[in-house]
Amino acid sequence: MSAIATRRRTLPGFGLTMGLTLSWLSIIILIPLAGLFLRTLELSPEQFWAILSSRRTLNALRVSFGLAFAAACVNLVMGSIIVWALVRYRFPGRRLFDAIVDVPFALPTAVAGVALTSLFAEKGWLGAPLAALGIKVAFTPLGIFIAMIFIGIPFVVRTVQPVLQDLDPEIEEAAGSLGASRWQTIIRVILPSLGPALLTGLALAFARAVGEYGSVIFIAGNLPNVSEIAPLLIVIRLSEFRYADATAIAVVMLIVSFVIIFAVNRLQRWAQDRIPVH
Amino acid sequence: MTMQIADSVSLSTPDAKARLHAVAARENLRTEPKAVRIAIISVAVLFLTVFVVLPLVVVFARAFSKGIMAYLAALSEPEALAAIRLTLLVAAISVGLNLVFGLVAAWAIAKFEFRGKTFLITLIDLPFSVSPVISGLVFVLLFGAQGYFGGWLRDHNIQILFAVPGIALATTFVTFPFVARALIPLMQEQGTQEEEAAISLGASGLQTFFRVTLPNIKWGVLYGVLLCNARAMGEFGAVSVVSGHIRGETNTMPLLVEILYNEYQFVAAFAIASLLAMLALITLIAKTILERQLDEGHDARDH
Amino acid sequence: MTIEVRNLVKKFGSFAALDGVDLKVDNGELLALLGPSGSGKTTLLRIIAGLDWPDSGEVSFNGEDALARGARERHVGFVFQHYALFRHMTVFENVAFGLRVQPRAVRKDEAAIRARVKELLDLVQLDWLADRYPSQLSGGQRQRIALARALAIEPRILLLDEPFGALDAKVRKELRKWLRSLHHEINVTSIFVTHDQEEALEVANRVVVMDKGRIEQIGSPDDVYDNPATAFVHGFIGESIVLPVEVTGGAVRLGERQLNLTAGATASGASRLFVRRHDMLVGPPGSGAFDGAVQHVRNFGPVQRAEVSLFGGETIEIDAPRDKELRQGDRIGLVPRRYRIFAG
Repeated sequence: MSAIATRRRTLPGFGLTMGLTLSWLSIIILIPLAGLFLRTLELSPEQFWAILSSRRTLNALRVSFGLAFAAACVNLVMGSIIVWALVRYRFPGRRLFDAIVDVPFALPTAVAGVALTSLFAEKGWLGAPLAALGIKVAFTPLGIFIAMIFIGIPFVVRTVQPVLQDLDPEIEEAAGSLGASRWQTIIRVILPSLGPALLTGLALAFARAVGEYGSVIFIAGNLPNVSEIAPLLIVIRLSEFRYADATAIAVVMLIVSFVIIFAVNRLQRWAQDRIPVH
Repeated sequence: MTMQIADSVSLSTPDAKARLHAVAARENLRTEPKAVRIAIISVAVLFLTVFVVLPLVVVFARAFSKGIMAYLAALSEPEALAAIRLTLLVAAISVGLNLVFGLVAAWAIAKFEFRGKTFLITLIDLPFSVSPVISGLVFVLLFGAQGYFGGWLRDHNIQILFAVPGIALATTFVTFPFVARALIPLMQEQGTQEEEAAISLGASGLQTFFRVTLPNIKWGVLYGVLLCNARAMGEFGAVSVVSGHIRGETNTMPLLVEILYNEYQFVAAFAIASLLAMLALITLIAKTILERQLDEGHDARDH
Repeated sequence: MTIEVRNLVKKFGSFAALDGVDLKVDNGELLALLGPSGSGKTTLLRIIAGLDWPDSGEVSFNGEDALARGARERHVGFVFQHYALFRHMTVFENVAFGLRVQPRAVRKDEAAIRARVKELLDLVQLDWLADRYPSQLSGGQRQRIALARALAIEPRILLLDEPFGALDAKVRKELRKWLRSLHHEINVTSIFVTHDQEEALEVANRVVVMDKGRIEQIGSPDDVYDNPATAFVHGFIGESIVLPVEVTGGAVRLGERQLNLTAGATASGASRLFVRRHDMLVGPPGSGAFDGAVQHVRNFGPVQRAEVSLFGGETIEIDAPRDKELRQGDRIGLVPRRYRIFAG
């Protein structure tokens, strides 16, 4: 009877592996993150608010969030076009282009940073022709924008691609046979089915761009109030031993990230409920 | 597979033409006018070329801009060699730790039912959504001079920050989810029947894991290790915060790229960068091959 | 090996998979657990194997407490519904697995293991497949390999979960006969789960009919077919005509019409009359318990199936021998040769 009372499990090792998982998770992730929040609690609300409302902090947050959102929107549009081309059309080099979409995932951010800077600098391959047109990219906010687009591409493509691939061809045929034009079919049938995936991709690209550091700082110019991103400001405050400032900015960014994960989780659950598994 | 065979057989039959016709009509309903198609393909290809291909090409172009001798010379600098050694060491530590953790966590999560499973997976995913700089910052707050454990560490003469342990810790934080996330869905999909069969045939827990579970997930393990390793070797932000940039001691390859670049040693900076770019390309190729292996395993199960 | 199960209860949330089950299995029996899906039969099998644990109740093998041991120590051969063959091992290694994982002290040497596997593959007549992988086998072959693997550990009990469920009809019929003769040969106490009544009645010595976590009836195949103990068993096994009747003091009424049938010990009140289709005998109008008109006739091999609308309003289907042709529009009388009335 006692064997039953302890609710035995068929496969062994649950207690051991679960215990190890929770311990290791706590040591590496939870305790360090908790430390960050504890540090913030040491600040009075006035101090916290003073740090956040300083001009330089506000501007850094504005640059990071604003440009990350703009870049995520560009990624949404360009990512959709790329997915459509990769999934629906056959063209020479398609498999190669499909594979290189992952380069921004795999390329170390510092490498991406120096490469983009070199490319868009005034004498660079792309920077020179753009400079001739009077457009300066490197060392301006436009440079940050470019780097954030680079880093976000795979997020949109890799979330939307499988959904478009699995879309039942019969629903398009049904729409066509009911008299819908191709454009109507895309707008009314295909896009709504991709909706949750598109939003998820947008959110992931945004979250990544907000926190991005390596690929941005080389091309950014890092001029306070103009082209200084929030992660860089954290690093600067740390090097000045102004830990409170660094912590406060970090906590704000962390909370935004958590809200985004929560939203993405919700979004995916909603998508699963809405679209039955076939 | 059977579909393709059926198709090729049907081509030789009298009604093959009618079928081809039907296929063409079906395609028409699901595609756009040729001009639109060409425009979309062009935009996609142009965008990927500018944003992905050119940055890769420029790395190698600039690395070799002064010839192969200058490239090799840059790579054989003691500073470069020290950075390569440190990067390999840190990657080995964090991949090793995350491999063990990934296997343990995937066993607990995929093979048993318990409350709060989704929440636990979300916690494991956390590092994916934390800015690299913050991933470094949290360890400065714990182990720095003003940190929670700073005084104690100083009294006991233990160096974590600005040394290998700090770099390894920050890298482990950043790469924490990779192996577990590669294994959990795979092991969930495989279910517990083979393990139950092994246990009912008298196998112990470890025998079951090593003889039945591990062979079934070996490609997934490799996949997770591959991605974990790529990120570990390439991590910049988190490592930058905890390293202290001590030349020849705490500079990993990405950090050295930054330093050389800021000192206008472009050939040397891009030479190191080209090694990291090569790592990325090899990782992508290996990943593509592994994904094919995993798909085959998937098909075999569906069969 | 005898198995005894006492008052077994197992709940998944608020759903009672097993709701107080008692069962005794004799040595050398081939027992079928028969029931619809969700009746608890697979849960019962898994608890006996040690793959699941009950909330309360007892399981004993030869009188000793089985719940004190895990699946690993029970020496039970379990054949999974989808076989659960190890897909990265050859057929040979699959069968050898249980021998190779034994503690070193009792493990056989390599030559003995090879001989034993060869013997088992011969027993299931698949020795020529030893070097193949499970994905290269047909369903029926996988089934037999799964059985050989389970037998390798010389199990005290053999448990099979829907052993033929994933196979097509023809292979299923062949394997049924084969399983029965194999059981005769090895004579190990065996229990198999099925939702297919034909399978249970053809293969087993004894059938346990389950529904909603309870045992409805235990008996020989003839017994459960000819003397169903409950309305559920009558409806589940064989095809039955069911008519809503009213019982008052032993007399039976269908609508307004008094039937010349006896309700026996059935309590008064709303009841149901069960008759097998082929137990409805056809006679001239007015000669039997029911009168009706033939609506439609189809031939099924040796019988003709007629749709008859009774004058009370109900429509039933009967199976009659082909010797006397029925035609659409015929007025007939019907007498149930054998029938049961259940209250409720």
